[in-house]
Amino acid sequence: MKRLMNRRPNRASKIFLGLLPFIIILLVYASASSQRLAENADDKLLPSFSSMADAINRMAFQEDKRTGQYLFWTDTWSSLKRLLTAVFFAAVIALSLGILLGVIPYLHANFSPLITVISLIPPMAILPILFIVFGLGELSKVVLIGIGITPFITRDLLARVLEIPQEQLIKAQTLGANTWLVITRIVFPQVCPRLIDALRLSLGAAWLFLIASEAIAADGGLGYRIFLVRRYLAMDVIIPYVVWVTFLAFMTDYLLRKFSKFAFPWYYQASNKA
Amino acid sequence: MSILLEIKNVWKQYGDAVVLEQLSKCVSAGEFVTIVGASGCGKTTFLNMLLGTESYSKGKILLDGKPLPSEPSQDRGVVFQRYSAFPHLTVLRNTMLGAELSASPFLGIVFNRRKFSAIREKAEKMLESVGLSHALNSYPHELSGGMQQRLSIAQALMKQPRMLLLDEPFGALDPGTRSDMHKLILALWKETGITIFMVTHDIEEGFYLGTRLWVFDKVRFDPHNAEAYGAQITYDIDVDQSAKRRLKKELELELEKSEQAFGASE
Ligand SMILES: Nc1ncnc2c1ncn2[C@@H]1O[C@H](COP(=O)(O)OP(=O)(O)O)[C@@H](O)[C@H]1O
Ligand SMILES: [Mg+2]
Repeated sequence: MKRLMNRRPNRASKIFLGLLPFIIILLVYASASSQRLAENADDKLLPSFSSMADAINRMAFQEDKRTGQYLFWTDTWSSLKRLLTAVFFAAVIALSLGILLGVIPYLHANFSPLITVISLIPPMAILPILFIVFGLGELSKVVLIGIGITPFITRDLLARVLEIPQEQLIKAQTLGANTWLVITRIVFPQVCPRLIDALRLSLGAAWLFLIASEAIAADGGLGYRIFLVRRYLAMDVIIPYVVWVTFLAFMTDYLLRKFSKFAFPWYYQASNKA
Repeated sequence: MSILLEIKNVWKQYGDAVVLEQLSKCVSAGEFVTIVGASGCGKTTFLNMLLGTESYSKGKILLDGKPLPSEPSQDRGVVFQRYSAFPHLTVLRNTMLGAELSASPFLGIVFNRRKFSAIREKAEKMLESVGLSHALNSYPHELSGGMQQRLSIAQALMKQPRMLLLDEPFGALDPGTRSDMHKLILALWKETGITIFMVTHDIEEGFYLGTRLWVFDKVRFDPHNAEAYGAQITYDIDVDQSAKRRLKKELELELEKSEQAFGASE
């Protein structure tokens, strides 16, 4: 017998082992739920799978009587719109700042302390300020997410730019590049896959800020709905919504990873990254 | 031959520590200067001064009679020991980069089809002469150390610089690859007539490749302060003749070796 640390599962058993906890959780839930419902048919805490399916059917495939909308999809759309707008602007700002500060020493000296300080502000603490300044509309939610993730991405990209060996920057200059061309042909293309890495790492935080701001002030969105139906202890809606948010988070991460591997093959081959 | 580079009483200090002192030399176009010296004596510092990434404390360096620009420019090609190739570009695009940068000042990308294929053709020819035709579409990380240095040389020569600066370019290669690289650099030097400065820690290599061998060493010593005086160029050896003799001997050895190899394979 080999030592435990040296024994490795094969592909099939890896998949099985990976799925096992999910299956167990589902089974435990199903039995606990049916037990509680057997004792009290009106129990709300652990709704059965069928009542969750009913709730989803009602939310996703039937018009809401009051608004005439398919709430599940309008919620998803408003949340994704906020998230993607914020992430897009965060990416553009962080990329520009990271590259400019990393390449131009004067800008680095000028702005890097400021960015460090900004990145230490707890974004939730200034949410009231955002509401006061930008109102309760879309803008303050987008700004919250943006403020929450931009400094982190900027600092990460700045570090990545500074990691590019001096040799490369000097070589580019001997090949006729000025500051701008070093940015467009050397730094920007090398930082792109790292931007995607940084975005993937910050998406968790982005969802956190999104749900939080929707919970406090919104008239739609996944976070808004979850906190709204909480008043009626509607676990049959909350649980599927949480699963759906998790799935969306997983998909954005997955798509970013796939895109990055497709667009920047040199990055993954050279660094043996997964 | 015309004077390419004039070094006039150049000194280099870091704070109170003198690294180089009293450097005065003239170099003609087309020379192959090899530089040897103990580790830490200032060879890299000297080469960086020629490159423009290191300032000098006193003196003057003139290129074609004009002060040497104090930042890297197209007149001076460089090959470092490593990290010279761009990891996100294929071998072909790495080689095309220099020409693309001068053809397109806006983004450094050439969109015009005809211009692009002209640059491409030139780069392919250059890659052929360094023996990389089979790897046009590989990325640098897929290349061996020797192939990466070939690429770096090709990149630099595409710009037809006034001089080529090499800092221990073959130091990290195994002996077989090294001798291939020696043949390559000599062939390219003869073909292009470019002026080369090459730092090496291998005196053999220095003698074999250079037309002129410079030895950096300290002449003056202060027993109480090791940093009071810097290194000078203590020997300036015209190795043209001995190099030729060596070349002949090397060739004879090569022939012998390949004859033996053929004999063994039969
Ligand atoms: N940026 C620097 N600041 C202070 N001292 C330096 C710096 N760069 C090099 N030196 C010193 O200059 C001397 C020469 O270094 P270098 O040119 O790298 O030597 P070589 O290439 O001949 O081995 C060394 O003693 C080194 O410590
Ligand atoms: Mg050195």
